[in-house]
Formats: sequence, structure tokens, C-alpha cells
Amino acid sequence: MKAAAFRYARATSAAHAQALLAEHGEDARLLAGGQSLLAALNLRLSEPAILIDIGRIGHAAIEARDGRLRLSALATHAAIGRSAAVAEAAPMLAQAVPHIAHPAIRNRGTIGGSLALGDPAAEWPACALALNAEIVLASAARGERRVSAEDFFLGLYSTACAADEMVLAAEFPATAPNERQVCLELARRRGDYALVGVAASAKLEGGRISGLRAAFFGVGATPVLAREASRAAEGATVAEAARAAADALGRDLDPPGDPTTDGATRLRLARVLMRRAVEAMAA
Amino acid sequence: MSGAVEIALTVNGEAVRRAVDPRLHLVDFLRSELGLTGSHLGCEHGVCGACTVRLDGETVRGCLVLAVQADGAAVETIEGLAADPAWDDLRAAFVARNALQCGYCTPGMLASAAELLAAGGVPTRDAIRDHLSGNYCRCTGYHAIVDAVESVARARAGAPAA
Repeated sequence: MKAAAFRYARATSAAHAQALLAEHGEDARLLAGGQSLLAALNLRLSEPAILIDIGRIGHAAIEARDGRLRLSALATHAAIGRSAAVAEAAPMLAQAVPHIAHPAIRNRGTIGGSLALGDPAAEWPACALALNAEIVLASAARGERRVSAEDFFLGLYSTACAADEMVLAAEFPATAPNERQVCLELARRRGDYALVGVAASAKLEGGRISGLRAAFFGVGATPVLAREASRAAEGATVAEAARAAADALGRDLDPPGDPTTDGATRLRLARVLMRRAVEAMAA
Repeated sequence: MSGAVEIALTVNGEAVRRAVDPRLHLVDFLRSELGLTGSHLGCEHGVCGACTVRLDGETVRGCLVLAVQADGAAVETIEGLAADPAWDDLRAAFVARNALQCGYCTPGMLASAAELLAAGGVPTRDAIRDHLSGNYCRCTGYHAIVDAVESVARARAGAPAA
């Protein structure tokens, strides 16, 4: 199908984009990489009156400094996947990239767009939650503010980003020497939506797991932090932690079914991924 | 209300200037405005890969890029493949290996395969399948396509044919 008609404005800076958002509010959608938005427009799932193109405002930098990794909103999935700074400071993110759609989509799609969309089956929201990233938001009326990933994803395609706000960046704490990070996903074909996926980090000291943070995606309306799994794994050896965390997942997750995969199957697959993720931390 | 937007870009090395409706995506622009019908439109929501073209040197889904976003960019399509030895080698290998039947997916398939080959080396068959996972072919079952891409990679690396 073809998109419904819309007006088009090309922002020349982040401040200009925020001014346009302030002017048009709910009638506007920001266009970054467009890899979800244009599909939604073509399917007429979305019919905004005006698109504000932020593709030329800069804000694509990837910077590691002072123990933080800052991914500016327009950093593409492909650029994140190629970045040595990302591989060193947040290896989970580098592991996530091959799971994101297909190469041609990774060349255009952006981390800011993915976070702002809040697709519950997407990789970046879960990674942000697992690593407790901060999302940097900005608006003309209220300036900049930071929201932790735990407070950012509110519901299905619903985030703390207000109608007059834009995502400027996501900031991740750089990994510690004894920290292990893993991102795993099960899909029917490479690049398909996740049946279920997990982004997990933990400390590994003396063969024991502590501070496990496992965020699952494709299991509900938002990415879900598996707190019971974390409790069950605390202080255990890798093998015990893998089993205990997987067993505890039934108290963390209640995945919905769909015509191809029922909820019980999804939970079972989540347990498989939980075990694999913890075991991979010792590899 | 929508208001046409003036854009200027190069397509296969030629300068092009047009006023376009903002909702016009890149492949409709190439096909309907420029008559370059080698880029195909399948699903029109980013799944099938038939519309894959090169934008500023990187493959993109032509249905998920607006023509107005290509303002100032360099676009390369299947019609420009003669200018690129990698695409030409692939075309010859696709013919030799019978890696197409109806041919609808082939232009996008070549664009994706060329991007993989540009990374150098001889990718594994799994890596070739991964890279082409976003390009659907309903005729071949993919084996001949993987054969063709692998044979070009091997020939370029001076490795023996599989």
C-alpha cells in the first residue's frame, strides 16, 4: 500500500526539531531512519499530518568516556555493530546487532528510533533495561531530562517520551572487568521478530554469579526485567545459577500467545535462553 | 496541503532534479519518475527485499526510504550495475548457476550480495544465507543463489571453486 499524504519538514538541528514538535504536537511524527515508521505509514497503521525529518541534524556519534558509553539517537544499528568502542564498553550491544532485522535495515535504522518506538520484541529496549541505561530526552518547553530505562518503557509502544520530546541519546554504563554480558534471541528465521530474546548481564567472581539483570523481549507489552530469576541466581555457581534462574522465570514472565506460538512455549523458550545466557557468561 | 518538495540527487551517476510528493518512496520515484523499473516492489513494508538499492554506498530498502530523504544522495540501482565489476560478476554467476527463475528478486539479491562481497574474503555458506536473509526468493529455494555468491567470492579470493 501507499502512505497517506503528509507534509514534510526537514529539521536543521535538534533545537529546530524540538521547535517543530512544540508547534505540531500530536499531529507530527519524527522521522529518523524510518525503518519502522515508513512501514507503518505504507500500511496506513499511522497517518500523521506532518513528518519532521531529523536525518540531517547530526547526533549520530558513538562516544565512550568517563565510564559511560553514549549512543546518540541517530547512530545506526550497523554503526553500533561496527564500533570498537561499543564492543569494549557494552559487548551486549554488539551481540544484539546481528539479530536486528537485515543488513539493509540495519544500515538505516537508529537506536533513538528503536527506543522511542518501544517495540516489545525489539533488541535495544531490552538491552537498555538490562544495562539500566539512561535515555536522554529534550523538548523546547522543558529542556533536557534523563529517564532510566526502568521508567521509560510504559506499555505497548508507549514510552516516557512526551509528544513534544525527542530522544537525543542513550547512555550506558561501561562494563566492569568482572562483568559478563550476553544477548541471545530465538527467531524462526534470521532477522525475523524474536519469538523470545534475552539481554543479560551479571558479575562473575570465583565462579559465582551475582547481580544478574536479565531483560526479556518478545514476552509481553514491554521488555521485562526478570527479578525473581536474579534473586534465585544470586551467589550461585554458574551451573546452579543457570538452572535456578531458568526455574524462577515462571514467576517473572507470563508471555502472551499468538496463533503460531502459545504462551507456554514462549516461557519454555525463555527458560532455554536464560540457561544458555548464564552458561555463556562462564564461556 | 502536502506540497511538493524539490530534490536533487545522482542516480547511477547522473544528476537528477525533481519536485516530489513527500509520501513518494524511493522505489516509486525510481520507477515512476525516472523509468528505472529494474528495482522491484514486493511487500512495500520492508520484508521482502525486492526493492533493495544502494544509497550513498550502503544497501537500503527502497520502500522504507522517502524520495525526499534521498535529496543530495547518490543512488545506485540494477541499471547501473555495468559500472561495478562486483555486480557484473554476480550477474554472470547468477546466470551460470541458474540462480533465478522469475527474476523478480534478482536486482535486490545482487545489491545485497555485492555488499557482502565488498567486505572481502570468502564468507561461509551460513554467512551468505544470513546476509541474504532479508531478500526473499520464491523460485529457487536459495541453494543456487548461495552457490552463485560463493563462487564469485572464491573466484575473487583466488580460492578453488566449491
